Amino acid sequence: MSIKERVRELVGGEVDGVLGYRLVGESHLPHLFKADDIEEMAEDYPVGERYPLASLVRRLQAEDPGMRIAVVARGCDERSLVELAKQGQVDLEHLVILGLACDEELARACGCSEPYPSEIVQGQKAEGAGEDHLVDKIDRLPAEERLDFWLSRFGSCIKCYGCRNVCPLCYCKECALDDAELVERGQVPPAQPAFHLVRAIDMAGRCVDCGLCEEACPVGIPLRTLYRKVGLAVRDNFGYRPGRSLEEKSPLAVLGTEKDLE
Amino acid sequence: MTDYQTVPTVCPYCGTGCGMLLEVSGGRLSGVLPQKDHPVSRGTLCVKGWTAHEFVHSPGRLTRPLVREDGKSKAASMEEALALVAGKLREAVKTHGPDAAAFVCSAKCTNEENYLVNRIARASVGTNNIDHCARL
Repeated sequence: MSIKERVRELVGGEVDGVLGYRLVGESHLPHLFKADDIEEMAEDYPVGERYPLASLVRRLQAEDPGMRIAVVARGCDERSLVELAKQGQVDLEHLVILGLACDEELARACGCSEPYPSEIVQGQKAEGAGEDHLVDKIDRLPAEERLDFWLSRFGSCIKCYGCRNVCPLCYCKECALDDAELVERGQVPPAQPAFHLVRAIDMAGRCVDCGLCEEACPVGIPLRTLYRKVGLAVRDNFGYRPGRSLEEKSPLAVLGTEKDLE
Repeated sequence: MTDYQTVPTVCPYCGTGCGMLLEVSGGRLSGVLPQKDHPVSRGTLCVKGWTAHEFVHSPGRLTRPLVREDGKSKAASMEEALALVAGKLREAVKTHGPDAAAFVCSAKCTNEENYLVNRIARASVGTNNIDHCARL
């Protein structure tokens, strides 16, 4: 069964709307479908046209908490939704997840290690891409070169805030990066390395490695590599992988001493 | 029930022409997303593009002409405001010549409107002092 066939069954019954992609010309644009426009729903899902659907679920549910919606979700979208649910930002009980598996080519293009959601409606489970070699490569550099590597990348930042704006896990109403005390207004590139490290620290234990930030970066800063590095620190120390399961408790959700985590 | 759709358009701020999606919810602009398959910007925007929706529903937005009298802004009709501007412009040109005037047009106007401003500047007033906010 395809996602679109499943959607035809769901709309007007189990759910009021479906968040997916509308085909406009050749573009796949995010859209909340209702019973009357469901036929405009795209049937293919090019990897180059991923949008932060998990953020949209969060926003729509915040506006209308009783709303019953379904969402087309790749592996990365589902992991974002799971992590958001654990942080009380998304209500999975009022949400139907329409799982979309990416094929091997897409998984490789995206550098994704788990290119499928927990339940698949459309597509076949494919092998994920391997680990990020850039993390290892940078780790092996002497400290000074490592610093140079990152500072030269951060130095090309045009401070578009796209990495934060597009991030499914960035939902704070007040963001440290908007605080004029912390980030000087009008200074481009932003103070180094504070700007990017504030984001990196915020990504520890949250980032599901969807890669939307890196795709949104106009100057090609290897943001995923940076966030993978902080993600590894959380994984190695706490065994926690953001978005992997609803049951695993995030180390960020624990108040107490190190002993409480054991 | 809430609705949500996106409308593809081109960023109004400069001459680059980045592709953006306007997010529309409940008849109001609620945000901007970069258009991933746009040939110019390929899914990226600068800070101006990312915040391009903010002025639309801004309470600080000018929605009707205001004329300053005795240091205070007073609501005026379009005819009143235009007559005042035309009168002052004519006066300046008459006293100091056509190059005393300059015209600045906007990427938020249509191409045709910008063309007309260019005609007013060059043909009616007689100056080449014309520029555009999109000339970065």
